[in-house]
Amino acid sequence: MSNAFLAHLGRAYVGLILFFLYAPILVMAAMSFNASEFYQLPFSFTTDWYAKLAGNREILSAAWRSVWIAVIVTAIATSLGTAASIALFRYDFPGKRVLQVLLFPPIAIPWLITGTAMLIFFFGIGLGRGTPAVILGHVALALPYVIVVVSARLTSFDRTLEEAARSLGASPWQITRAVTVPWILPGIIAGGLFAFAVSFDQFVVSYFLSEPGDSTLPVLIYTSIRKGFTPEINAISTIIIAVSMGIMLLAARYSNFGGER
Amino acid sequence: MAMVRVEHLVKTYGAARALDDVTLEFPDGGFFGLLGPSGSGKTTLLRAIAGFVLPETGRVFIDDEPVENVPVEKRGIGMVFQNYALFPNMTVAENVAFGLAVRKVTEAEKKRRVAEALELVQLAAFGARKPHQLSGGQRQRVAMARAIVTQPRVLLLDEPLSALDKALRVDMQIELKRIQREIGITTIFVTHDQEEALTLSDRIGILKDGRLIRHGPPREVYDDPQDSFTATFLGDARIFSGTVEAGGLRLADGTLVPGVRTPTVAVRPENLHLSVAEPDLPCRLQARLGQKIFGGALGTCLLDWRGEVIKVLGRDADFRDLPESGPVWVGWRPEHSIQMSG
Repeated sequence: MSNAFLAHLGRAYVGLILFFLYAPILVMAAMSFNASEFYQLPFSFTTDWYAKLAGNREILSAAWRSVWIAVIVTAIATSLGTAASIALFRYDFPGKRVLQVLLFPPIAIPWLITGTAMLIFFFGIGLGRGTPAVILGHVALALPYVIVVVSARLTSFDRTLEEAARSLGASPWQITRAVTVPWILPGIIAGGLFAFAVSFDQFVVSYFLSEPGDSTLPVLIYTSIRKGFTPEINAISTIIIAVSMGIMLLAARYSNFGGER
Repeated sequence: MAMVRVEHLVKTYGAARALDDVTLEFPDGGFFGLLGPSGSGKTTLLRAIAGFVLPETGRVFIDDEPVENVPVEKRGIGMVFQNYALFPNMTVAENVAFGLAVRKVTEAEKKRRVAEALELVQLAAFGARKPHQLSGGQRQRVAMARAIVTQPRVLLLDEPLSALDKALRVDMQIELKRIQREIGITTIFVTHDQEEALTLSDRIGILKDGRLIRHGPPREVYDDPQDSFTATFLGDARIFSGTVEAGGLRLADGTLVPGVRTPTVAVRPENLHLSVAEPDLPCRLQARLGQKIFGGALGTCLLDWRGEVIKVLGRDADFRDLPESGPVWVGWRPEHSIQMSG
C-alpha cells in the first residue's frame, strides 16, 4: 500500500471520528434554532427557544447554581491541588510514591460508583445530601485533574531557581509566591479550568448528592428530559456546550496540548 | 566578610562517601578554589557550607558561629549557580533586587544598591532586560550582582564559568577576580578546571573521593604536589618509578635520577628539555621522538620511552631543529624532580 493511500485513509478516519463526535451536537444546536417543536424540517430559523429559556426561572436558577458551585469548587480544588503539587515536587517523605499513585484511580473509577460511595459516606458521617455534599464531591473529583496538570508543568521547573531564592534569604512562602507560582501559572490556570469543567458538567455525582429542588443544571436537564423533550433543552445544552468547549480550548492552550507554549 | 571553617564533615549517599572527614579553613577575604574530578565531593562541600546539604557529622562555622542548624536563607551567603538560575519571570533589575525585597529594604535604598551592583558588573544599562535577552556572559554577571547585592558574609560559586565558551571564560575569570578584589568578600568556588583554579584562587583545596588531598597556595601545591594524584591532576606530570639506591632513583632502563629519595618522581612537561646530543644535565634519559605537534608559539613533542609516552612542552623554536623522529635525549634539572610521598 502506498503512503499516499495510507495518508488518505488516516484523514478519512479522523474525519469519521470528528463526524461521530460532533454531528449530534451540531444537529442539537441547529434544532435549538428551528421553529418546529417536533424537530420537523424544513428548517426555519427562530430564537424563540432562547427567549423562552430566558423566562424559565427553574432552568435559570439551576444554571446560576451550577455556575457558583463550579466557581467554589474551582477555587478550593485549584488552591489545594496547587499546594499539593508543590509539596509533592519539593519534598520527599515516606509514602510519597503511594500517595502519587493513589491520585489516579479517582479519574478512572466510574462516576456512578464514586457517586454511590460518596452518598453512602456522606450519610454515614451525617452530612447527607445537599449543596455542601455536592461541593465536596466535586472537589474530590476535580482535585486529581488539577494535581496532574500542575505537576506536569512543575516537571519543567528548574529546582535551582528555588535554591537561588533560598540563598538570597527568601522564606519558603516567599519562594512559592515570587518564583514557583509565576512559573507554574499556566498550569494552575489550566488546572482551574479543568476543575470548573469537571464541576459544571458533572451529572452523576450531582444527581446522587443534590437534594430535590436544589438541582444543578445537568440534573435539571435530565429530569426535564424524562418529562418531555423540548427545544428549550436544546437551547440551554447548546449554551453549555459552547461554554464548556470555550473553557476546554483555553485549558488546552494553557496546558500546552497543542505543543505550543 | 567572614572566615569559614569546616570540621570533620561526613556526608554519605548510600554506600558512597561524598565527604569523608573533611576539615578545612577558608581565610577571611580570600578566593578559595575547590578542585577535583567529578564525584570528588567538591560540590557537596560547597553545598554543605551553603546549607543545601546537611552533613551527618561535623561542624560548619561562618565567622566562628556554628551554622549546622541555621537554614540556608539565614546563613547570610551569596551563591552563583552553574546555570545562573536567574528568575525568568523577572527583569535583570528585579532579579538583582530579589534578595533586598525579601529583606524589606526601603524602595530608595533598594534602587541605589541595585544600581551599584549592576554598575560593579558593568551592566548598568541592562536593568530592564529579561534574562532570556542576555548572552551567557551577561547572565553570569547578573548572577554575580544578585549574589553580592545583599552584602553576604560569604560568596559561593558553583562551577561559575563552565557554561561559557573558552574565550569568554578567560575574560570572566579576570572579571570575577576584579569584582572579588573590589568588594573583598570571602569567596569559595568549585571547579573541575585546574587552570581556572590556578588563575583565580589565592588558595586551593584538592579533593578526591570525598577526601581533602591537599590544600595551600596554588604555586606551592603546583611546585610540590607531594602525591601523584595532585601532580597529574593539577597541571601535567610524567611519573617515573624505580628503586631507590644510594645515589638516587634507578629507573627500569638503568637510568639513575640523582638526588631522589622516593620510589617515584614526577617531572612537569614544561621542565623537560630535548636534544639530539647527550645533554649536560644530571637527570637525563634516552627516548624516541614519536610526534611533533605544532601549536603556534608553543609546541608539544610526544616521546616513546619503553612503550610509554612522555610529553614535552616547550617553545616551538626549541623544537624546530629536531628531526621529525628518531632517538633523542630528554633531560631536566635536579630541582625539577618532584619527589612523591604517595
